[in-house]
Amino acid sequence: MRIVVDTGNHIAAKAVQMARVDVVAAYPITPQTTIVERIAEYVEKGEFHGDYICVESEHSAMSACIGASAVGARTFTATSSHGLLLMHEMLHWAALARLPIVMANVNRAIGPGWNIWSDQNDSISQRDTGWIQFYCSSNQEIFDTIIQAFKLGEHEKVQLPVMVNYDGFILSHTSLPVKIPEQEEIDEFLPKRKIKWKLDINNPITHGNIIMPNDYPKIRRAMQEAHENAHGIIKEISREWEERFGIYHGELLELYKCDDVDYVLLSMGALGAESKVAVDEMRKKGRKIGLARVRVLRPFPKKEVIELARHSDLIVIDRNISVGMEGALFTEIKASLYGEVDAKVYGYIAGLGGKDVTFKDISKMCERVMDGKYGGYMIFDVEG
Amino acid sequence: MAIKDLPKEEYVLPGSAACPGCPATIALRTVLKALGKRTILVIPAWWTAVIQSWYPHTSFKVPILNIAFEAAAAAASGVSSGLKVLGEKDINVVVWAGDGGTYDIGIQALSGALERNTDFIYICYNNQIYSNTGIQRSGATPYAAWTTTTVGGKREFNKDMGAIVMAHRIPYVATACISYPEDLYKKVMKAKEIRGPKYIEILTPCPPGWRFSMDKTVEVGRLAVETGAWPLYEYENGKMSFNGFSKLILEGKVKRKPIEEWLKMQGRFRNLFKPKRDEERIRRIEEFIERMWEDFRSKV
Ligand SMILES: Cc1ncc(C[n+]2csc(CCOP(=O)(O)OP(=O)(O)O)c2C)c(N)n1
Ligand code: SF4
Repeated sequence: MRIVVDTGNHIAAKAVQMARVDVVAAYPITPQTTIVERIAEYVEKGEFHGDYICVESEHSAMSACIGASAVGARTFTATSSHGLLLMHEMLHWAALARLPIVMANVNRAIGPGWNIWSDQNDSISQRDTGWIQFYCSSNQEIFDTIIQAFKLGEHEKVQLPVMVNYDGFILSHTSLPVKIPEQEEIDEFLPKRKIKWKLDINNPITHGNIIMPNDYPKIRRAMQEAHENAHGIIKEISREWEERFGIYHGELLELYKCDDVDYVLLSMGALGAESKVAVDEMRKKGRKIGLARVRVLRPFPKKEVIELARHSDLIVIDRNISVGMEGALFTEIKASLYGEVDAKVYGYIAGLGGKDVTFKDISKMCERVMDGKYGGYMIFDVEG
Repeated sequence: MAIKDLPKEEYVLPGSAACPGCPATIALRTVLKALGKRTILVIPAWWTAVIQSWYPHTSFKVPILNIAFEAAAAAASGVSSGLKVLGEKDINVVVWAGDGGTYDIGIQALSGALERNTDFIYICYNNQIYSNTGIQRSGATPYAAWTTTTVGGKREFNKDMGAIVMAHRIPYVATACISYPEDLYKKVMKAKEIRGPKYIEILTPCPPGWRFSMDKTVEVGRLAVETGAWPLYEYENGKMSFNGFSKLILEGKVKRKPIEEWLKMQGRFRNLFKPKRDEERIRRIEEFIERMWEDFRSKV
């Protein structure tokens, strides 16, 4: 184990190299670009065992990943914002084809106007594609989650693509120390991909031809079951990582000081990291509040959220908006609780398009709730 | 060689969902005989996506990856790259796409794959329409042809896809026509031996789409070549060469048959002749074809 200080994007590239990825197909977009640049450097120096396809668009990036994965290759791509949106059709295709492709998505706002800063609307728009979705809050978590994502996606009971999200610039371009295990240790944790189906000239199958209404629901049910399986396997993998490397980021939720509290704050990504600081500050002032950082949005940690709500009320901060409704996390948390437990759920939206959200802002939002001054659901600090 | 000399092994099995006697099935059957067992097909949305028969059955004896309409060339890049890294050698990676998936929605992915020097064969099966969705115009539909979206006849000329592909300076480009299966077979055999991107386009008259009766398919294809509407050529090492009847036309050894003979066979051009002859549009078609051949002569 050695410590490297580097940006989230370079750390992601390192994880791709150490996961012994066979094929990378990617197209540059800010703020993802330095991932693909770093991978290209590895290729140039002979430090990457696989093939790097410099495709002409993100739609082709995902299509090429599908082709490579379908012949058995371990496959990776990285993108952001408009790139992810352009992939949309192929995201569905990859998931329905049950191919364990891993992607890093550097969360960025959507235009117009052009905005390159952090915002989760890009990945939130892909919730229904069937991909597993992680949200990271540190560079260490980016490294660990990318490696884990291959193990999870390739698990015989899962066989699904995995999206590892993290905030543009806040993590992608910020250098932080990261513990990197030795290659042999990674190899032990992540053996070669075991293939469930592939295009094989000795066993010719046709994949993805016409499927009739009687059969189609079966493949959807199988995907749903795979997500349910993933729920348990994510926990196993998190614990295995802790045993091997002594690093633990939580499971589907990362719980921080959640015992014996009146309120639990929930958020995702870098906002989740900032929320820890806010929780510490508020606790110094005697507030009984903890944090549940949502690491996994799909499969949604329904059971875990219900458990939290049995003992406390919830405050949710979303860095995304489903316009015409509310933030995605807010909706999903309330939906999880319905008919199960009668907790109160308060929500805010903050940090859209990279608008800075400090721990003070987070404390302010929480204190309003705790002081009985919650002014209703809103986008926080729009004029500020 | 003659048709009877083609390999006996069949890769398109009975039980497909195509129209009986569908010319496209004949083309695919010939192509797969040339490609053989060590082949992976990548198929976008189009006619062939439908005729494979449905899940969990297949009527093809090679592995197939179906993929979204515009994505075939990119997916083939991935297949080719994956096979390379995994050390699986000598497998033909072949896209089998329609003219819609090639000329129109898939042109970006195709251009990218050609430019990246992907080791694959891209075969465009050109029936000059979107037949899957019920006969709409494509970039390959000729001027004045009726389709459901060009009811009075198409107002634009088709693009020159061959020239677009050749502009990528790839190792091998060829055109073929369903009416000359031995020629098609030879061209696929040649493409198979070349590394890098190869592009073959097959003209395939579609009876319901072009409005002629099923027993005339081969004749309509032949007339396309003999009137010069469809040229048969190859492009290798930066040079074009013509073959069959097209060679004779190019060298001036025979005169092209009048284009009217081909147009008149097809109901899709009926409004050029009824209620009265449309001299202006027929002249424009004739000029278009003549210019195409002048251009070829200047290149060879
Ligand atoms: C993105 C997208 N847009 C539209 C379609 C509908 N569609 C399926 S096949 C097709 C036309 C296919 O035409 P072509 O490639 O010429 O093949 P043909 O059907 O003529 O054999 C269309 C428009 C689709 N599948 N995907
Ligand atoms: S419509 Fe044309 S291309 Fe399609 S199956 Fe029938 S004959 Fe073949």
